[in-house]
Amino acid sequence: MPFIMIFYYLITAFLTFLLAWNFVREKKKVEDLALYLLVLVPLVLRLLRVK
Amino acid sequence: MKRPGIVKALLLVVFLAFIIHGGLRLYRHRHFDVPVVAGPGVTRVGRLSDFGPGLKGTMADTPVYYLEGAEPGGKAVLLSCTHANEPEGWLAALLMIENAVVERGTLIIIPQFNHSASRNTRSGDGYPLYFEIPTEWGQKTFRMGNRDASPLDQWPDPDVYIHYPERQLLSYIDVRNVNRTWPGRPNGPRMEKVTFAAMEIMRREKIDVAIDIHGAETMFPVTNCIVAPEKANRIATMAALTVKAREGFDSHVEPSPTGFRGLSHREIGDYSDTLPFLLEAPIPFLDQPTGPKTVKLLLDGKDPFLLRLAQKKKLFVSYDESGWPLEKRVGQHCSLTLEILSQYSKKNPERSIRVREIPRYAEVVQNGVGHYFHDPSAAPKDKVYMN
Repeated sequence: MPFIMIFYYLITAFLTFLLAWNFVREKKKVEDLALYLLVLVPLVLRLLRVK
Repeated sequence: MKRPGIVKALLLVVFLAFIIHGGLRLYRHRHFDVPVVAGPGVTRVGRLSDFGPGLKGTMADTPVYYLEGAEPGGKAVLLSCTHANEPEGWLAALLMIENAVVERGTLIIIPQFNHSASRNTRSGDGYPLYFEIPTEWGQKTFRMGNRDASPLDQWPDPDVYIHYPERQLLSYIDVRNVNRTWPGRPNGPRMEKVTFAAMEIMRREKIDVAIDIHGAETMFPVTNCIVAPEKANRIATMAALTVKAREGFDSHVEPSPTGFRGLSHREIGDYSDTLPFLLEAPIPFLDQPTGPKTVKLLLDGKDPFLLRLAQKKKLFVSYDESGWPLEKRVGQHCSLTLEILSQYSKKNPERSIRVREIPRYAEVVQNGVGHYFHDPSAAPKDKVYMN
């Protein structure tokens, strides 16, 4: 795997962590919780090397 | 928000259900193999990585079938699945692998040239993941691929793809389109490595003729045609005229543009001694103004919206209630391939290529494509290759 591709996977993992952390910390808005998970879908699928 | 823990747990269950349900379907599609029964003409099977570095062990590596005749002669390469969402080329190539016998010369077939794209899909456009062809021994299932390689195999895309070596600026997504990355380079992005390996086949094997099989929208002007550069134009014209006169179907000749780089019909000719040809058959499934992208539309090419557009003369091919079925598209590719080889052989008798057992247009239309596929469960195991 080329270096640039590894770097992009690291960026994806970092964004996934940020969104998951925001999901854990959110206490008030259900809409925000749903949005965090929605945005997580393509990131998780890429990290799992599915799509 | 009351009871945030319960709400989060419920949302997570929905999230995981989406990931598992959708993800498993996509994972299975990417790893679904199509069995191919090597016919009596296949003398050996190699890999594209035999010719280029950086492909071995990746999803970009792909099988290469050799059909070598008893008599020495010329050599031809047939590429399909350059765009894996144009399956008539793939089916024509598989039909030849399973049936063709070469008497003189060599035919090299790479049925899934963009192997990564053949394991990719365009879920945003509602593409089906699979399609089935009826055969005399049951349904044969094929993967439906995408135009471009999967980002799982080549990522990220650049903002602009700078073609090598001409440095023409192309769309970012063309970096994963193997009909924009010719002639390629050994140390470029993976799709450039794919085309570089194919160029190495042309150069090392001294290939005379290369045929790249495609499908194109009915609303796209470069459809139902043979695209050829100046040096292959005469043979393309003779082939188009002959099939029109003898077999009754149209396929006009389009000149390969000199200012548009990266295409097989341009770069193969410019960077090797090979004569390149690109075949296009109309595939209504790819047109934008159609109904849902169903397997039925893929196979029969019938669409009411295209029919209305045809009545308003907005299409570049004739189109009526009969649509543009798969049999016609595959049959055209078979006949045009045979005719190009025949015309080349007439012009170069010392490098002639003689092939038999490939059906012509009328036979494929009459018998259907599935008629020519063999049952892998009834074939000897050493003849079955998983693609």
